[in-house]
Amino acid sequence: MDWPTLATRLFGDAHAIVADGDFLGGTATFDGAAIAVVGTTNHAAVGVELALRQARAILATIAEHPGRPLLLLVDTQGQKLRRRDELLGIHRAMAHLGCCLDLARREGHPVVGLVYDQALSGGFITSGLMADACHALPEAEIRVMRVPAMARVTKLAEELLESLSRTNPVFAPGVANYVAMGGVRSLWEGDLAAGLRAALADRDTADRRAEEGARRGGRRVASDVMRRVLEA
Amino acid sequence: MNASFAELSARERLAAVVDAGSFHEWLPPSERVMSPHLAQLGVPAAFDDGVAIGRATLAGRVIFVAAQEGEFMGGGVGEVHGAKLAGLLRRALRDRPAAVVLLAESGGVRLHEANAGLIAVSEVMRALLDVRAAGIPTIVLIGGANGCFGGMGIVARCADTVVMSDIARHAMSGPEVIESAHGAGEFDSRDRALVWRTTGGKHRWLTGDCDELVEDDPDAFRAAAIAALAAHGPLTLAALQQESALLQRRADVDGDNADAFELWSRLGVDDARAVPDLDADAVRARRPVAMAPLATGGA
Repeated sequence: MDWPTLATRLFGDAHAIVADGDFLGGTATFDGAAIAVVGTTNHAAVGVELALRQARAILATIAEHPGRPLLLLVDTQGQKLRRRDELLGIHRAMAHLGCCLDLARREGHPVVGLVYDQALSGGFITSGLMADACHALPEAEIRVMRVPAMARVTKLAEELLESLSRTNPVFAPGVANYVAMGGVRSLWEGDLAAGLRAALADRDTADRRAEEGARRGGRRVASDVMRRVLEA
Repeated sequence: MNASFAELSARERLAAVVDAGSFHEWLPPSERVMSPHLAQLGVPAAFDDGVAIGRATLAGRVIFVAAQEGEFMGGGVGEVHGAKLAGLLRRALRDRPAAVVLLAESGGVRLHEANAGLIAVSEVMRALLDVRAAGIPTIVLIGGANGCFGGMGIVARCADTVVMSDIARHAMSGPEVIESAHGAGEFDSRDRALVWRTTGGKHRWLTGDCDELVEDDPDAFRAAAIAALAAHGPLTLAALQQESALLQRRADVDGDNADAFELWSRLGVDDARAVPDLDADAVRARRPVAMAPLATGGA
């Protein structure tokens, strides 16, 4: 779904979200209250500037509108693969963005992540995965890497990965796999505003992804290993 | 002359950094807490999934410590590896040690466990930020031959203190990945001098992305870790606003895709061309004041 359609389905006309290149930002009114929207579009490759731009929008919200809810709209192909971004410390720019989101949560801003199109690796770790909880549209795509590229890098047969991915959510791209593993809390289907309303009402901000992954059967050992470390 | 820190195994590094004989491991190899995913791929697993975690003392103070083994899957974070790190950090939040020290060596998410690895890295990042917010110093030592990349590159920079050696690398994407995406003209992965001045310890020091630069020496890493026990900077709005301005200014200085030498010169580093041949002490003296870390509070 493109972001203008998404914005209309969520907010009707009551929003002033604009795209500036690959950056999305603005404010909307939801159930009578203001909500800040920050994100990316065009399957953005997140470079230093785009990470900093998002971070500035988060910081401005914290500074000027204490407690205002934040909706993160995720559509990214991952980090930008350029020498200049590495030279300028893209890892630090992304860490900075993650730290800004972390501060927003600690300062009491409800932070909701929504993958509305694509989410990949680095771009996802410092956006939707830093929210109180991340949600997704059913048609969205979440992955670290496509199966053919994964086969190339790991030197494993593509057929093997394809067949395993049918039984084990660890290997294959797909929103349903991320739900099963606890990385995505829920899928928003049909009435998207109802999805946002439920996400904003859910004020459990602890990281329960490992427990959810175990309960849903997609990530069976992480939760147990964490518990064993606590008890060792 | 000591051994090279980079050439040691993760456990040897860990033993060299903490007080002699003080390391007590949790979920040691004898417990065989292994990846549940590698066997079906026909890939050998490790009894510790490539990371040692536990408690130790550092200069007599109780710390929690972890060391990633780059020789096992490049230090890649799989489900168990990540859960051990996140578990250690959650335990630190409960038990309040004097610091958490991570000897990082990782290519990031372990692609063999792609989805689980990605979520695991996110759990480690959130747990580390919880520990930092609780006022417990978080210290990352980067000195392994494989560097610290990808998701772990991001996680490392969320810590209070990052210590690097001059031969260490800290970045996001490896040069081979960038070269395969955009060609050797974009980033020639075989040009070692270029790779190091773009992502190596000296560059990260000069531009303020690491907090301490040391020689490739276990004693130097130990001394830096002890010094960092006193370094804690909470992530406040003011600190992040300052960091935002600094990072934007630095990006603006390089609006034209300059090489590292040119960037260093523009930032005020004297005789930038000489930097690759200098030792760590000489490079430490050349960092422009404006590039000194702001958000972490330094020492």
